[in-house]
Amino acid sequence: MNTPVIQIDNAVVSYREDVALRGVSLEVQAGEFIGIVGPNGAGKTTILTIVNGLGKLIHGTVRVLGHSLSPGNGHSLRKRVGYVAQAQNIDPRMPMNVREVVMIGRYGILGLFRRPGKHDWRVVDEMLELVGMTRLALRPIGHLSGGEQQRVAIARCLAQEPEIFLLDEPTASLDWRAKTDIIDLVKLIHDTRHLTTMFVTHDLSALPVACDRVVLMKDGLIWSMGLPQQQLTDDNLSRLYDMPITAVRKRRTEEILA
Amino acid sequence: MQNAILSGVLGGIACATIGVFVVLMHMPFIGVCMSHAAFAGALLGLWLGFNPLIGAFGVSLAAAAVIGPLADRGELNPETSVGVIFSLMLGLAFLFMGLMPGTKSGAMELLWGSILTNTRSDITLLGITAVVVVGIVIIFYKEIQATIFHRDMALSVGIPATLFLYGILFLTGATITVTLRSIGGLLIFSLILNPAAAAYQLTYNMARMFLLAAVFGVLSSLTGLLFSYLFNVPSGATIVVTSSVIFMLAAIFSPKRKIKGWQQKPVEEQSS
Repeated sequence: MNTPVIQIDNAVVSYREDVALRGVSLEVQAGEFIGIVGPNGAGKTTILTIVNGLGKLIHGTVRVLGHSLSPGNGHSLRKRVGYVAQAQNIDPRMPMNVREVVMIGRYGILGLFRRPGKHDWRVVDEMLELVGMTRLALRPIGHLSGGEQQRVAIARCLAQEPEIFLLDEPTASLDWRAKTDIIDLVKLIHDTRHLTTMFVTHDLSALPVACDRVVLMKDGLIWSMGLPQQQLTDDNLSRLYDMPITAVRKRRTEEILA
Repeated sequence: MQNAILSGVLGGIACATIGVFVVLMHMPFIGVCMSHAAFAGALLGLWLGFNPLIGAFGVSLAAAAVIGPLADRGELNPETSVGVIFSLMLGLAFLFMGLMPGTKSGAMELLWGSILTNTRSDITLLGITAVVVVGIVIIFYKEIQATIFHRDMALSVGIPATLFLYGILFLTGATITVTLRSIGGLLIFSLILNPAAAAYQLTYNMARMFLLAAVFGVLSSLTGLLFSYLFNVPSGATIVVTSSVIFMLAAIFSPKRKIKGWQQKPVEEQSS
């Protein structure tokens, strides 16, 4: 009964022209909240792309929700996996409003020839309510701030009613307030819906304290993993980021005092 | 004249619909390259004695096949490669024109456009293309909307977005090919871009943008034909100039030019 929802076994994955993962193994149980940190180029984004089938698997096996990933079943699997990318610049004149963008989340599960119905719009409005964006529902999507757009992206992801929740640096380029709001929102969603969640960040202060496990990545490999308190020691961070331990201590103290 | 009017309406609708993709996906360069490639392909056909339409379609798709993957990889400004292909196509076009034996009247027609000499079969082709293009947009509207908005996001919710991207490129090649003779190789891209660019200035609703673009496309064609008839000037040119004027008016009166956040109320709220 306890089959992991995600089983990655010795995966070697390419991203564009580079080998981004050089032999990664990871098992995630249903409902777990995994935080993934590491320096740039560690392969954090790539590990998410093999869970939702967008990455190119060169070697190893990946099983998500009981299905082996292969070129054929990518689309059907992606309907069950929700993915929130980094905040992106949207054309301010893009002719879509917030509500329509959230509905995109349901387009995949609707299938090619069906149109959204009343039930779909109800789900959309519910998710907008959950992320606190109801008041901006009819605003053109390009007119929103970064933080607001990330909340809309989360609503869009949830509108899909996914079984897995993947977030790729969702707080990058957000101000401190927006960052805090997003992290709290993700925690709330995980706690109330028991969604298997993988949260990637390069920003330690953005890592939710409530992670079940933290995975430290470096140079395309998993460097270490375990409970947050055990993993996020000064010593580990110093070796992970190639920083002298005194600098690590100094920076972390500054962060606490800030 | 009746044939010309019908061609103008059908061609205007097809080109404007394609234009919406070109404007919203920020890839005008692909459209320009495909247009000039189609022009070169048609001239190749004239020179070597096979159906110019096949030449146009083939070469424009070949250009898309080269440039498409570049856009696919997110390199939205492949200026060098596009510039090279663009100038290559134009150079080839004039080369084939020069190599053509005898009179160049066929080539000239392709250059300026000859909507006034369109035949029944031209109209049939235009009609089929317009119906297919509009039909696909209607049937697959949600997938197209998502692919236009953000291709990677569309992929991640389970839409075969790459398929739709290449489908859009294919439809672009087809539309350019069938409208080439009417509007002319150098001008065809303007009829694709201008009506959609004008619509882009005026609405925050994508369905409305498709509709407005089609209206502007038809308006450009019909008004352009009128001026061409009244003043006895080439119709391809008048149609394109009209479409540019429409665009300028739309840009001047665009509600999207107001500064964001200057007013207390949002600029434009439209229900879905």
